[in-house]
Amino acid sequence: MGLATFVGGIHPYEGKELSENQPIEVLMPKGELVFPLSQHIGAPAKALVKKDDQVLAGQKIAEAGGFVSSPVLSSVSGTVKGIEKRRTAAGAMVDSIIVENDGQYTEIEGLGADRDPETMTKQEIIDAVREAGIVGLGGAGFPTQVKLSPKEPDKIDHVIINGAECEPYLTSDYRRMIEEPEKVIGGLKVILMLFDGAKGVIGIEDNKPEAIQKMTELVKDEPRIEVCPLKTKYPQGGERTLIYAVTGRKINSSMLPADVGCIVDNVDTAAAIYMAVCKSTPLMTKTVTVTGDAIANTKNYSVRLGTCYQELIDAAGGFKTEPEKVISGGPMMGQALFDLTIPVAKTSSSLTCLSHDAVAEMEPTACIRCGRCVQVCPGRVVPQKLYKTALRHDLDAFVKLNGMECCECGCCSYICPARKPLTQSFKEMRKAVAAARRK
Amino acid sequence: MSKLLNVSSSPHVRSDVITSNLMGDVIIAMIPTAVFGVWQFGVHAALVLIMTVLSCVVSEYLFERLLNKPVTVGDLSAVVTGLILGLNMPPEIPVWIPCLGGVFAIVVVKQLYGGLGQNFMNPALAARCFLLISFAQKMSSFSLDGVSGATPLALLKSGETVDVAAMFVGRIPGTIGEVSTLALLVGAAYLLYKKVISIRIPGTYILTVAVFAFIFGKHDINYVLAQICGGGLIFGAFFMATDYVTSPITPMGQIVFGVLLGLLTGLFRIFGGSAEGVSYAIILGNLFVPLIEKYTLPVAFGKEGKKA
Repeated sequence: MGLATFVGGIHPYEGKELSENQPIEVLMPKGELVFPLSQHIGAPAKALVKKDDQVLAGQKIAEAGGFVSSPVLSSVSGTVKGIEKRRTAAGAMVDSIIVENDGQYTEIEGLGADRDPETMTKQEIIDAVREAGIVGLGGAGFPTQVKLSPKEPDKIDHVIINGAECEPYLTSDYRRMIEEPEKVIGGLKVILMLFDGAKGVIGIEDNKPEAIQKMTELVKDEPRIEVCPLKTKYPQGGERTLIYAVTGRKINSSMLPADVGCIVDNVDTAAAIYMAVCKSTPLMTKTVTVTGDAIANTKNYSVRLGTCYQELIDAAGGFKTEPEKVISGGPMMGQALFDLTIPVAKTSSSLTCLSHDAVAEMEPTACIRCGRCVQVCPGRVVPQKLYKTALRHDLDAFVKLNGMECCECGCCSYICPARKPLTQSFKEMRKAVAAARRK
Repeated sequence: MSKLLNVSSSPHVRSDVITSNLMGDVIIAMIPTAVFGVWQFGVHAALVLIMTVLSCVVSEYLFERLLNKPVTVGDLSAVVTGLILGLNMPPEIPVWIPCLGGVFAIVVVKQLYGGLGQNFMNPALAARCFLLISFAQKMSSFSLDGVSGATPLALLKSGETVDVAAMFVGRIPGTIGEVSTLALLVGAAYLLYKKVISIRIPGTYILTVAVFAFIFGKHDINYVLAQICGGGLIFGAFFMATDYVTSPITPMGQIVFGVLLGLLTGLFRIFGGSAEGVSYAIILGNLFVPLIEKYTLPVAFGKEGKKA
């Protein structure tokens, strides 16, 4: 019997060797810090500060704008320069709080104080997570306190920590797992306090043997925690594929992990929960991999939220060749950037700088119905048929063919020998369907 | 910086495998049987293969040029069609016949329906059937080492026994590319190893023919083996039934398709007038592909037991 995994998926060039041996370096910001009010799924946060206000590191500068929302905290001390629209990695202009860094990093009172989660009630723990501004740091950005408050907490029997990091090039989660594994496990223990009947599982792809070994060693005396090595295959770290690999349970697009008794959090999120609950430290930094064949030196940086991407590029020695593509995130699901004056957000994980654009140099050709897209699709849909509906913009047919089950992982586009923009067109269709449903 | 303005939506990386690689693999996989055919049947067989390929490639090139369409001969699909058609020819056929077949395959069956990916019948097989009907006598006279003779399946049909070992190696009369089971299996193994094809269609196809022959033909292992090795079943199952364009795209559909082809082939061979039936079975099976796909769509992940 092989390692836990799922049906379908692909094996793209991993590119992890570029940066996996670079220890995390702390990078301090130079210029102004930009805090978009919307770096999570849900309602945008509401600003609590105005121009010329003094703020401290760790101070809440915007509060959650609703139940599914998350506050924003300043990562430095300094002066609010204003609230204006700034571009984020997704390309949209978003209302953002601009803070002029005074370079003092004066922290709010009580920051870093030890706290024993045993003395806290469940609600206090969840409140601490919310106030720390924690969202799904793996990229989705779903507010974590909402995830930790399922309708029926008694039915949760698995808390899964996602250390798959299946996205090519990314090594930020890997570095955290081998440099600060106790924080990840600490976060998992805090989550387990909320779900008495649950066991904790740390899922790690087997291309990270050092992480698996370290974690296994650390949890050997933890009766409620185990490490689950996963087969290295993209998208192993997708929520649905991960739950299936670990528990054999399946969820579709209209279900939540809690519907099958699971809570899934990224390793970075778990570490942030530990810091928030046990160390009274809100989410102020993020580990970001700077990598790719166009960057002078590949790095893993721990940077303050709000730092400009350009500063990371500069710190890594700039580009050694002119990049054709700079991606916020990895090459499979990341966002291509046309501008590097983008702030590090809660969901930032990597800057992947590629010297050539593999997609632009490929003209689509005729579909030969080879069926590769069907074989690799982890959602078990038929991309070849969905693509026809996308070309016609036929929303009904798209939904009927289970187009909404597409998780936009990109496997079909990756594998297509005719280089059709399959995933790309499905994203458009899914947006159109979601918009039509809201009407 | 200007280069970055060429943004696009993810994924930003692509597999290196493109259509021409896949077609190239199919061509490589047909080399063993082509070499065996030329070795056994002589230089004229080589001429037939070359001229059929040329006919297909030139037809595609001229058609696309005349209609001001992008020329797609570089994807090698016309070479594959030509090679399959050539390998389906009797070794002593006058060269103009397969050339005519090549024009028919490319222009009528493929390009008139919209080119690569749009045809609903396997172009090479449709052309072969067109030639079989039009030039029945020339298309079905076979010989080996200068002695004309009936194919093993024809002998089998008339109640005689055949040498299965000779069939496996290929020392039998037949078309250029269908005779050597061994050479074909070498090519098939290559396609399976390279994951160009899956075993679903050829596996279920051959198995169904074997079971059908055992039940309705003779309860004799020698007879069943001869049915498998003869009549181009191996060639058809691995190289023609698996044609991407004209076979189902869904995994379950491929199994249904293989069984259907097996039933049709068994029916034609044992109850039909001719001893063979692979070509007709496959092009008739091609017509069922849209229907098969419609009813074999996979169940989406996490939607098992639920209505979509």
